[in-house]
Amino acid sequence: MTRLSAAFTRGPALVTFVTAGDPSVAATPAILDAMVAGGADVIELGMPFTDPMADGPAIQAANIRSLAAGITTAQVFALARDFRARHPSVPLVLMGYANPMLRRGPDWFATACAEAGVDGVICVDVPPEEDDALGVALRGAGVASIRLATPTTDARRLPAVLAGAGGFLYYVSVAGITGLQQAAQASIADAVARLKASTDLPVAVGFGIRTPAQAAEVARVADGVVVGSAIVDLVAQHGAAAAEPVRAYVATLSAAVRGATKDQAA
Amino acid sequence: MNALNSYRAQPDERGHFGAFGGRYVAETLMPLILELEQAYRAAQADPAFAAEFDDLLEHYVGRPSPLYYAERLTEALRASAPEGMGAEVWFKRDELNHTGAHKINNCVGQILLARRMGKTRIIAETGAGQHGVATATVCARFGLPCTIFMGAKDVERQQPNVFRMKLLGAEVRPVASGAGTLKDAMNEALRDWVANVHDTFYIIGTAAGPHPYPELVRDFQSVIGREARAQMLARTGRLPDVLVAAIGGGSNAIGLFHPFLDDAEVAMLGVEAAGEGLDAKHAASLAGGVPGVLHGNRTYLLQDDDGQITEAHSISAGLDYPGIGPEHAWLKEIGRVEYTAVTDTEALDAFQLLCRTEGIIPALEPSHAIAAVAPRAKAMPRDKVILANLCGRGDKDIFTVAHALGVAI
Repeated sequence: MTRLSAAFTRGPALVTFVTAGDPSVAATPAILDAMVAGGADVIELGMPFTDPMADGPAIQAANIRSLAAGITTAQVFALARDFRARHPSVPLVLMGYANPMLRRGPDWFATACAEAGVDGVICVDVPPEEDDALGVALRGAGVASIRLATPTTDARRLPAVLAGAGGFLYYVSVAGITGLQQAAQASIADAVARLKASTDLPVAVGFGIRTPAQAAEVARVADGVVVGSAIVDLVAQHGAAAAEPVRAYVATLSAAVRGATKDQAA
Repeated sequence: MNALNSYRAQPDERGHFGAFGGRYVAETLMPLILELEQAYRAAQADPAFAAEFDDLLEHYVGRPSPLYYAERLTEALRASAPEGMGAEVWFKRDELNHTGAHKINNCVGQILLARRMGKTRIIAETGAGQHGVATATVCARFGLPCTIFMGAKDVERQQPNVFRMKLLGAEVRPVASGAGTLKDAMNEALRDWVANVHDTFYIIGTAAGPHPYPELVRDFQSVIGREARAQMLARTGRLPDVLVAAIGGGSNAIGLFHPFLDDAEVAMLGVEAAGEGLDAKHAASLAGGVPGVLHGNRTYLLQDDDGQITEAHSISAGLDYPGIGPEHAWLKEIGRVEYTAVTDTEALDAFQLLCRTEGIIPALEPSHAIAAVAPRAKAMPRDKVILANLCGRGDKDIFTVAHALGVAI
């Protein structure tokens, strides 16, 4: 069993996101540790990009802060490698955009992920239609290619999304960018049920989830809950001192997710 | 390779021009992109679509645009050319279109597609404002609400076009993220689109973006080359020896080049913006970039070693973009088209040369093409013919030019 699949065997998993290098490369390890200490089951580390066109204002600003502080791809991998050394069993996923990932070629990137102990990659702008640009290399290196499904992914298209998918399936619950509105609970429950009928992969739900109550609601129907922008907001607010507020916040999410009663209908 | 029989058979069914192009978009947009492709195929097969497009181009845009022999410019260049040298310079006068540039050709085509697809709201990005004005124009013509995304910096430096768009009923939304220029406007348009996929059509302004945009923009702009080819044959009984066009994203250039790609005797020259010089700030993605993925397609991009996109610079806001349409990337790789770059200063000189010799104030975009024409013409015999695309008029640029020349107006 991989680190990623193990993380989804203990009940609903809490997946938390932070942008690497925000507000500085030096500040990131403590924030990652704080997420683990708060009870996060899967860590998503955002790779900064100048043009994050699927992200809302919070994560856009985090990308800008991180790049302004001078983050490099080599530093992103150093952060991952050091995290792996400190937390041998906590799954780590890189999330970002195609261009920084493909700059030195897909094989270079996949090998770097494997060597740094990265378990999976979410690439926002490489859909299944362009899988040979990245997914093939990732799978070849033993790194999960984590796919996104959205409200616009219909039944006809779903098999293509699932072909080659690994780790977990990330359900983007709203057609939109990160960090804004949340979808209605009923639509999330329906979508997760539909996805789970087609795949054995765990289904994690993200976009717009910020309160423990929202997280608990989603955890009733899904295998995982993804929280990103709310954490990034805390980093924006507290800067280099963000670790403790992030730990405290993640702990409230974690308690809510673990206390969630599984919906039988799901 | 399918290039053996024709250079005009691209892209493949996945939207790839060789190693370039493709559909690099978020999953939310993928079904919409596929739907757009289906709708475009259906439109291509429907004679009524072509008939409506042609009718609007003739009676609303004012096509065909003239093909013009620039006699005084030709003479001026011959004056400093070696004996017997100095090719004839001809222009395709797309600056005479309604709204003053070639952009309207594409906007007419795309809004007809949007209507076929039942979309009720239009969005677009714009840099200098020409595409925004053209989009606002067709939206007014068809009574559809439109939102134009424009970098906050461009809003400031292109106030006349901002006002034009508003007069035409568009909402102009300034984009403050990033450097506040065209690239950021495109990011924001994509963010809006992903949140409004069901009712919104995105009119992309250049032959770039995810498939099928590079193909359909090229097809709508190819009216330029089809007209020019027929006009040149009718007027001179021959094809031009060299085609020249300026390139930002590359829609006017691909529109001129594409109908000639299989004419082996016709050479082609695409002219990028070298800004302050290729060793300084510039916008020449082919000359100074490397392949990467941005805004839905794989193409040459200005970027650093980590794949972060770097800011472009050109005196021409319309060329101020760090990427280029994927078909140009492919045409460069296979060598069918030659690409060069021209600095701000050279473009300004060419701008003034055309004003004085022909009584035509060109936009700064085609001024780049004219700057590249001059040395070519002088190096070619007098019986040769160069055809350049005069893709926009310069009214919008007079403040920029005055500033660059140190004139207060």
